[in-house]
Amino acid sequence: MNGTRVVEHVMNATSLEISRGTARRTAMPTSRLFGTYLKEARYESVRMLRAPAFGIPFLSLPVALYLLFAVLLFGDALRSDPKGALFVFTGFDVMGVMGPGLFGFGVVVAMEREQGLLTLKRALPMPPAAYLLAKMIMAMVFGVIVTATMIAAALTLGHLPLTAGQCFRVAAINILGALPFCAMGLFIGTRTTGKVAPAITNVIYMAMIYLSGIMFPLPKTMQATAVIWPAYHLDQLMFRALGASSQGAAMVHVAVLAGVTLLLTALSVRRLARVG
Amino acid sequence: MNNDCLAELSGVSKRFGKIVALDGLDLEVRRGELFAVLGPNGAGKTTAISLLLGLRQPDAGSARLFGQSPQCVGARRQVGVMMQEVTLAQELRVRELIDLVASYYPDPYTPDAVLEMTDTAPLRDRPYGKLSAGQKRQAQFALAVCGRPKLLFLDEPTVGLDVQARELMWSTLRQLVEDGSSIVLTTHYLEEAEALADRVAVLAKGRMIASGTVSEIRAHVVRKHISCATSLAAEEVAAWPEVQSVSRDQQRLNISVSNAETVVRRLLAADEELEELEVRRAGLAEAFTELTQEAV
Repeated sequence: MNGTRVVEHVMNATSLEISRGTARRTAMPTSRLFGTYLKEARYESVRMLRAPAFGIPFLSLPVALYLLFAVLLFGDALRSDPKGALFVFTGFDVMGVMGPGLFGFGVVVAMEREQGLLTLKRALPMPPAAYLLAKMIMAMVFGVIVTATMIAAALTLGHLPLTAGQCFRVAAINILGALPFCAMGLFIGTRTTGKVAPAITNVIYMAMIYLSGIMFPLPKTMQATAVIWPAYHLDQLMFRALGASSQGAAMVHVAVLAGVTLLLTALSVRRLARVG
Repeated sequence: MNNDCLAELSGVSKRFGKIVALDGLDLEVRRGELFAVLGPNGAGKTTAISLLLGLRQPDAGSARLFGQSPQCVGARRQVGVMMQEVTLAQELRVRELIDLVASYYPDPYTPDAVLEMTDTAPLRDRPYGKLSAGQKRQAQFALAVCGRPKLLFLDEPTVGLDVQARELMWSTLRQLVEDGSSIVLTTHYLEEAEALADRVAVLAKGRMIASGTVSEIRAHVVRKHISCATSLAAEEVAAWPEVQSVSRDQQRLNISVSNAETVVRRLLAADEELEELEVRRAGLAEAFTELTQEAV
């Protein structure tokens, strides 16, 4: 069947359908709207998992570094130091949660704005929140995969005696813990170009890893500044979830993480609506 | 706005800093027509379309889409869009992209029907990032039509397409219009507008300088072209009163005239052996050039 015939065939079938139905639906049933959100989230996750430059570093780097430090280099020492073992585990786990949110929003949103994809999505009848929700769910999916591989590594090679309850709490905190990093990334992505965003995101990512104290204990002079980084608060919540001693009240950590998420998301959404 | 007007700009002005992109523009897209918006670079075509799609807000005047604000998602559910410069998700396959965009609409075609309709079935399982430039345009066209839209906005749709793919897209567009869809087309290919458009608007410096059918636009240029094989000297014919210019191409004389009938009579009288006589009206391209030069 040549192209023109195919067109006529499909169009004729369509005309018939239209003439039978008195009016085409223009309102979206709730179930179909829900399906739109699901598809947007599913395809966002699929595309990022397929992108080697994104998937490989963010899925494998935290667990690879964890195995290097907690098993190969300092495995013997950490076996007799449960607190140290937990510290290394939570540090790399938080690092794994940070990446997809920060870069998935920071770099990807900036590029999609620059390359016209966001403009096209705004012109199409995509539900307004679907774009951001899809990226947040993508970051959470990555968080789940990172958490699962980290827990598997910790239980087998890391000799960390985590209970089922602890694993469940760690996973729950990681999934929700991705959100403030999504909001930080979104804030960067809505204010920078695709060329500048990777540099800014990298600087913030690296600075947060080292200055929040999640990787190694900070000197006393720097401890006070760690609280400005969301990673510090997520790390402290992880300590509590694992039954280890932590600094500050859990509610304060939750409030800071929620506040960062809401404030930066609101500022970014406002800018997206005004500027695109 | 009456029922036959699907999209409308009324007295719209838009500035970007000191640059006036649109200056009191009135424009309407009617049901069942292919409406071509033409104009030189910077004429305001893209700004006009972005106002109709709700991507920008006018400084003055109003934009309506299906009687609603273009920012209303319900209005945009009746619209398909193909933009000139867009990079879609490189890692997703063409069928997946269609499946995603179709999910935004209440009553879309199935992805397989769209792939057939737009002749993109061979691209079905190929990642978008691996397609050639022309294939990407075809995939973007498939996304534009997948929602069964009543109104299609197509910005330079055939750039980068080979002849066969362009012919197929034209055929699909004609069929869509025949089935009741309306299309807004911006293009630099004037032969495309000439071949497809029911109505044309010519913009320059943010204003509408002409609108009407292709014939009406062409009628802005009174000049006609005569071509014939003759032994008459070009210099001799150039001296005749109605003749504007003459050029010789081997045996043929190409003559631009203001009154074709008078010159044809005189040519036939002057050269009894004259043959292969052709008389042609000015094309849309000439009308466009003349109109936009006048406006500058």
